[in-house]
Amino acid sequence: METKTLFDKIWDSHVVESISNGPDVLYIDRHYIHEVTSPQAFAGLEKRGIPLARPDRTLATADHNIPTLNQDKPIQEKLSRLQVKTLTDNCNKYGVTLYGLNNPYNGIVHVIGTELGFTRPGMTIVCGDSHTSTHGAFGAVAFGIGTSEVEMVFATQCVLQPKPKKMRITINGKLQPGVTSKDIILYIISRISAGGATGYFVEYAGEAIRSLSMEARMTICNMSIEMGARGGLIAPDEVTFSYLKDKEFSPKGKEWQESLDKWKQLHSDDGAVFDKELTFDASSINPMITYGTNPGMGIAVNGNIPALNEIKESERSSFLKALDYMNFKPGMSLEGFPIDYVFLGSCTNGRIEDIRAFASLVKGKKKAPSVTAWIVPGSHQVEKQAVAEGLDKILEAAGFELRQPGCSACLAMNEDKIPVGKYAVSTSNRNFEGRQGPGSRTLLASPLTAAAAAITGKITNPAEFIS
Amino acid sequence: MAIEKFNILTSACVPLPTENVDTDQIIPARFLKATTRDGFGENLFRDWRYNKDNTPKPGFVLNNPLYKGDILVAGKNFGSGSSREHAAWAIYDYGFKAVVSSFFADIFKANALNNGLLPVQISPGFLKQIFSAVEENPSTQLQINLEKQTITLLSTGKYEKFEINPYKKSCLLNGYDDIDYLLSRKEKIMAFEKQNGK
Ligand code: SF4
Repeated sequence: METKTLFDKIWDSHVVESISNGPDVLYIDRHYIHEVTSPQAFAGLEKRGIPLARPDRTLATADHNIPTLNQDKPIQEKLSRLQVKTLTDNCNKYGVTLYGLNNPYNGIVHVIGTELGFTRPGMTIVCGDSHTSTHGAFGAVAFGIGTSEVEMVFATQCVLQPKPKKMRITINGKLQPGVTSKDIILYIISRISAGGATGYFVEYAGEAIRSLSMEARMTICNMSIEMGARGGLIAPDEVTFSYLKDKEFSPKGKEWQESLDKWKQLHSDDGAVFDKELTFDASSINPMITYGTNPGMGIAVNGNIPALNEIKESERSSFLKALDYMNFKPGMSLEGFPIDYVFLGSCTNGRIEDIRAFASLVKGKKKAPSVTAWIVPGSHQVEKQAVAEGLDKILEAAGFELRQPGCSACLAMNEDKIPVGKYAVSTSNRNFEGRQGPGSRTLLASPLTAAAAAITGKITNPAEFIS
Repeated sequence: MAIEKFNILTSACVPLPTENVDTDQIIPARFLKATTRDGFGENLFRDWRYNKDNTPKPGFVLNNPLYKGDILVAGKNFGSGSSREHAAWAIYDYGFKAVVSSFFADIFKANALNNGLLPVQISPGFLKQIFSAVEENPSTQLQINLEKQTITLLSTGKYEKFEINPYKKSCLLNGYDDIDYLLSRKEKIMAFEKQNGK
């Protein structure tokens, strides 16, 4: 029998037609949309005078540019208000379910799709947002698309896609204390660079990956795109199934049993061939932090920025440009470096386990007075859960406040902007120049590392706080 | 909504040797609030191009009158980061018809092609030659021939072949877009849905 990778199994079963010498017509099971990348696609439908093919496979949320305070009041910023209103009008007109502002299911698109049970193993999933790769944690083929492609899916429930190559990244062994899935992915990207997986769809495997919770797996798949991959995925297992059981919109009863039987087939066959295989050892991974302006520029929190002679000659000018922007020097150690802001949130690390991790570290301590901290849950469900567990009280006692859900400072389209020249330890996914506000300086890290920095006011190895 | 046909483009070019130009630099997120596709060119490379007070930064290449043309030549790994198609719109709206680099991010490449903007991937060596030719003479002309899949540095006659997916090539040559194609497959798609219980 032919051996197949997990990716092949899902992709091949969704190909409606292959264009010879061209892309595949790929059928899409789930299409998530939001206010920023959908208006022009709806306008395209309107112009062509055609209906939206499958509103029942489409789900909308407002997340990218909503405020994280006073969400019950009208949005102050005019253009943001217009985008959210345009989304609402379009959803009404085309019959799309919208979890808009103040809806109990509202939140960041990649947080709600997974926590509500819309994302399931074996599906093809797209969204006009590159971090759609998050959903791959369930064993789905999920990837970000552009607005023209959003319009394709609206019009036909299909996209034209060339089939990517396949890579497997195996992480063997066990993680050290204080090391999280965020550190795993920052480590991988630092090893293979921000363009190192371009053209590939990555399957993550190995003992260290299997040992992770669903939320931790999502963090890894989420950042696949930061090494250029089209997406990332992890074969579903008992962890996946028990996470999905009884979720709001998960299959129930007989349908659940049938789904489960199908999902259990979803793994790469023994001997399946990948175009590229990489292996790393979990025990060599430390808590990580980035020092530059792409996510591949990462080091161990207690390590040093590379010296100039450790950088390939062809990369030196971009390396120096990034350090200049960050106002760091080659060879410098970052431990103890004072920071100004801490952001806990985003579709990378804005889930309940992230808030738990942050709260567990700051419990009984005090926020450093020099630090401004924004704790932004990824969804209303996350917020509700945090309150139910009393995490809001723990945070409050330590000097932190829970804000309302949204993308927030991850891309700073709303008011949550890091000021010029300020340093932010952020649990989000991108440290590009100006990503968190014009002139802002971002240091990507895990929720634990962010919590340690919030307490000490400096870049700190979280392992110091973990007994 | 067809795209503009592309065949042979002969033009001077704008050099941007910076590597890893990401979509946040091409069009910062705060300019993504429009609900139409037009006008993004104004904010192309906004933070490199303008000071806080909206005065142009003289050091940035788009503000240098010596360099003009329909071709942007950029350092490797161009367009990494976000899936925002606004990046391709901004480049196209500004007036570029092609971007040349030694490496492109995947999503950017797809988005560019969907909007009639041709990404031309060449060898690092040839890219270097183009940058030095343009440095010596800012009005250096490049010719891109899509039919033949070649890009030529006219001053030396040196050329390279570039790759493009044959399907995408015929779309660009004829000015078709993917949605026209997919709509023509509607019956097949519906049959697939029925057969697979979708
Ligand atoms: S949290 Fe950040 S990365 Fe995630 S969807 Fe929002 S803007 Fe994109």
